[in-house]
Amino acid sequence: MSANLEWPLRRRVWVTFLIVPPLAFMTAFVVVPILSAFVYAFYDWQGLKRADFVGLRNFLDVLGREPWAATTWRAFGHNVIVFVTLMILQNGFGFLLAYALSRQLPGHRFHRVAVFLPVILSSVIVALVWKQFLHPVFGLLNKTLGLLGFGAVTTPWLGLSETALWALILVNAWHWVGFPTLVFLAGIQRIPPDIIEASRIDGVTEWQLVSRIVWPLVAPSATVVFILLFIGAFNWFELPYLMSGLEGSPYGSTDVLGLFFYRTAFGNQSSGAQDFGHGSALAVLMFVFIAAVSAVWTVRLRRREIELS
Amino acid sequence: MTTVRTIVAAAAAALWAIPMQASAGELRFWSWRNEDKAVYAELIKDFNAKNPDVKVTFEGFEPQNYATVLSTALAAEKGPDVMMVRAYGAFEAVAKPGYLLELNDQNVPGLSKFPEAALKAETLRSDGKVYAVPFASQTMLIVYNTEVFAKNGVKVPETWDELVDASKKLKAAGVIPFANGTATAWQNETIVGALLSSMLGKQFEADILSGKADFTDKRFVDALAKLQALAKDNFAPSYEGIDYPSSQQLFSSGAAAMFAGGSFEAAPFLKANPALKLDVFPSPAAKAGDQRLVAQYFDGGYAINAKTPNKADALKFINFLASKEFGDKFANQLSNISPIPGVAFKDPILAKVSELNKNSMSYLFLVHFRYQEPSGSVLEQAAVQKMLAGKQTPAEAGAEITKGIATYFAPFKK
Repeated sequence: MSANLEWPLRRRVWVTFLIVPPLAFMTAFVVVPILSAFVYAFYDWQGLKRADFVGLRNFLDVLGREPWAATTWRAFGHNVIVFVTLMILQNGFGFLLAYALSRQLPGHRFHRVAVFLPVILSSVIVALVWKQFLHPVFGLLNKTLGLLGFGAVTTPWLGLSETALWALILVNAWHWVGFPTLVFLAGIQRIPPDIIEASRIDGVTEWQLVSRIVWPLVAPSATVVFILLFIGAFNWFELPYLMSGLEGSPYGSTDVLGLFFYRTAFGNQSSGAQDFGHGSALAVLMFVFIAAVSAVWTVRLRRREIELS
Repeated sequence: MTTVRTIVAAAAAALWAIPMQASAGELRFWSWRNEDKAVYAELIKDFNAKNPDVKVTFEGFEPQNYATVLSTALAAEKGPDVMMVRAYGAFEAVAKPGYLLELNDQNVPGLSKFPEAALKAETLRSDGKVYAVPFASQTMLIVYNTEVFAKNGVKVPETWDELVDASKKLKAAGVIPFANGTATAWQNETIVGALLSSMLGKQFEADILSGKADFTDKRFVDALAKLQALAKDNFAPSYEGIDYPSSQQLFSSGAAAMFAGGSFEAAPFLKANPALKLDVFPSPAAKAGDQRLVAQYFDGGYAINAKTPNKADALKFINFLASKEFGDKFANQLSNISPIPGVAFKDPILAKVSELNKNSMSYLFLVHFRYQEPSGSVLEQAAVQKMLAGKQTPAEAGAEITKGIATYFAPFKK
């Protein structure tokens, strides 16, 4: 603080001028809505009209009372599946891709761009294109399988409860795999080349190089992509909403917390009820869960970075 | 971030809805039908011919956000003077907090001559009063391609068995009998309304409402079983993965002969393929001679803000919206089934649907069970979707729906 006061006036005005607009914006559109959701969650709502203060009832309802609880826990279970699978598919595969790209094999420049390209596409476009690919009748996937003689395994991927969630997860991995790849690649490129050369001279195998040397040294990158994936997986909304609708079709097999929150708070085509109380309670619980786990996990991952380096 | 973003969107919508109240002689009219703006402009001109001193401004909103924007604005006392409101449960969300002006034969002469089912859609159940002039109904029935039927020598089925035979014949000729798929949740509700109403019957609806029957009733379970058998062989290939737009394409391209859906389908089908020759028929009956029924529901109504400073002008406008002059144009230019008494339909399909509406039952779940959570529609959609995927029996589907509705519907609590 004292350093600030020693700044010349012009500089102080300039800093204030730069900070105030984004701060005001963040307050108006992020802090205030979050705080109001906290407040909303403690009230009963008649449509959008606030009624009585009900304490923790909305929270207890969504966690332990029907008709909310079963849906909440089912959706939570799906979020867990999404998170675990994407950790393996998106981050795991992203790391392997990054390592492959770092070897600077022929064509690596092209592939570096190709891998990252889907990340810059809008979710709406990705959802639309993949919905076409996965279409049971006209879809590229089923048509290709048919031509290759695997007609027997073609199936309405997004229409069956056994495959719908996995299809969405795969699409998500395709869309985002470029992001962990890029972060890991940057991490790998920061490793001093002499470490890698020295280990090669010592005759380590490729696997030892990856698992004992490269992986520990990209721990800071891992922290970033793990935490971001965690937040993304538990806030998952766009892709399931665009590809399987607000109800998590078919019959709730792709339902996640984001969808449940949205249709509880704002209603949907098939249910007129807008319930800000329970919706806000869900939003608050999601926020608290994500914030708490991310915080604890970040601390542990940071500690791991230090241990490994 | 999504949660935050949604809340931000709602806050932004609220802020955006703030523009000033209209002054005397000016009415702000809100609608979720922005695509109808041009026709409304013409209708407002008609209104102005007799009421030159009232200026009506049409403001269109995104249907998805309309309810949120409207409720937020009304709660903040920044609402419009006249507005479109939905029907049934979604209507009550706006009417219950007292935002709307009561309408009756005194302030809207002739209102009581509207069909009873239409008025019920805009009546608050707790006080039995009407708060909006109903504007359109939708009817669940079967749309069929007359050319495909004629080419394959199929005649319009009257009983369920005839429907099954017709489907077999079409399938043998390489035509998809029904364009329907189940991937889009709400389609499972329209399919049931369009195909099973005659087999369920009006008595079933009465028994459900009185609590004499619930959805484990034999009539409902048997009808579902017939639907399950029909869908298995005659819906679109891999129908579990066919979503709503794909079904529409299958029908409008002529690849499929029938579409179990709403009267609202006809216009988009003809827009997609103007050469299409189509007609409609009501759900087939269990046996010859039984009453043939369609399932009907109302879309919404025109309401007045209880706090409008221009009550007299708003009432003038609402009376115009309830007039036959308005109804004729509204029906024929926007392809709507207007419930206004005496409206004449030029379009042959509209005329036929309006004729079929004379023998109708309610589109059950939307009309009666969208007032509370879990919404009967959501329960029915999931249960039928699961049943048509072969993952549960018709009896299990019926039990699941009953269990959900019984949590709040007194007649089911036994």
